[in-house]
Amino acid sequence: MSARALVLVALVLAQQAGGADMPLEQRRSGAEFMSAETRAMQEDEAANPATLWLLDGESLWVRKAGRADVSCATCHGDASKSMRGVAARYPAYDTSAARPIDLEQRINACRTGAQQAEPFAFESRDLLALTTYVARQSRGMPITIRENATLAPFIERGRMAFSRRQGQLNMSCAQCHDANWGRKLGGNPIPQAHPTGYPLYRLEWQSVGSLQRRLRNCLAGVRAEAPPYGAPDLVDLELYLMWRARGMPLETPAVRP
Amino acid sequence: MTRAVITVPPHPRRGQVIEIRTLVGHPMETGYRHDNFGRPIPRNIITRFVCTYNGAEICRADFFPAISANPLFTFTTVATESGTLEFTWTGDNDFAHTMSVPIAVE
Amino acid sequence: MTTRRDVLRSAGALVMTLVPVAGRATPATMQEAMRKVVGDAKIQRGKVTLDLPPLIDNGNVVALAVSVASPMTPTDYVKAIHVFNEKNPQPNIVSVYLGPRAGRASIFARVRLADSQTITAIAQLSDGSFWQATQDVIVTTAACAEELS
Repeated sequence: MSARALVLVALVLAQQAGGADMPLEQRRSGAEFMSAETRAMQEDEAANPATLWLLDGESLWVRKAGRADVSCATCHGDASKSMRGVAARYPAYDTSAARPIDLEQRINACRTGAQQAEPFAFESRDLLALTTYVARQSRGMPITIRENATLAPFIERGRMAFSRRQGQLNMSCAQCHDANWGRKLGGNPIPQAHPTGYPLYRLEWQSVGSLQRRLRNCLAGVRAEAPPYGAPDLVDLELYLMWRARGMPLETPAVRP
Repeated sequence: MTRAVITVPPHPRRGQVIEIRTLVGHPMETGYRHDNFGRPIPRNIITRFVCTYNGAEICRADFFPAISANPLFTFTTVATESGTLEFTWTGDNDFAHTMSVPIAVE
Repeated sequence: MTTRRDVLRSAGALVMTLVPVAGRATPATMQEAMRKVVGDAKIQRGKVTLDLPPLIDNGNVVALAVSVASPMTPTDYVKAIHVFNEKNPQPNIVSVYLGPRAGRASIFARVRLADSQTITAIAQLSDGSFWQATQDVIVTTAACAEELS
């Protein structure tokens, strides 16, 4: 067993965790667990590599596409007005899907529905650029996921996924991110895992990536099988995490190690 | 399409030493990584950066694989006169990207 | 005090005969890369300030700043700044060519560092002299990293 796995097992034995709701005063962004240099990259848009994706997103917003030959701007006009607040309340319930969908799926729904174009592939440059551009319009706004009767069962599914042990290492998200945040794992501090800045530029990826990409990394980390991109299980977990982070300001596009 | 972000102070005084920050989108593939099948991923990097100020070279740099992806590079110059700053990045696989930015000196 | 650099320089001939691990720089290959730039000239300590964070979040992106004390006049200026490492697969990081028009000899870049190691910055002045500074850095690796897929 590798050294890292031994450390993880030791954490498991030392702490049991239940996925309890963290009070707002206790919630800390991942930005607080990184170095001053990495924080500086995030604060300054001219130094943030994600800005390169924002520029692409800006172009895509006005580009006509599909059989309907319309652009996002055709219906939504100026993104800084029409998209303000949108990312802060996603994942959101979609009546035609009869379940919550995330921002990437919402953009693809417009793509196939309103534009009558092919949907973007998950994690494609175009989808990341457009999602980052849309989400950036909510930068600084508090995350607003309200638990109502419709969303409750999906949030609960996400909570169960967060609290459930899984993978060959038989660990739950909660064991690290509720019970052991702030402690070190392999020399790096464990953050609370609030998705306050997605899509974000991860130094490890040397690219912008989505929350689902990050979640699939975590699952690989505990040697669990990751559901495919867009799977309901992943969206439920995204929803739970955003609900768990409610009230925290959106930082998109963030930078993380 | 290659994107770049250049930061130049908006109204420097004549004679002021100003900082010019450059950020360019490029994977800077080192040539030392392997794919899932163990095959080496070929090197693909920017190798040279040049900045001219109204045609005169004010900074040149050789980049190596140790430069991070989406390179950020900052240098200084004396604001001598108004005009154009031109930035050129060249590299492997005939990569070439140029961007011009005006400079307004008071 | 005999520094590690002194030992390396004197043992240069011996170290050069060792076969380096394929695709990995060593302090010896770094010395060789430095010699290519500097030739036989003596490298003095001073004038150069090298600034890297002592503890690094992720080796893929490391903030690196180099500045050189110089008036940057047409007769006394920094011609070039070269930065070297000892543990990346390749010893060079960046070489920057300046002139009096720079106003200040001050550069910043984001670089990749493969491991905890010593970084060296060498400045070449217009009078032909070479000056250097070094800094040790600690690089931690990311937990829960994905496979390349």
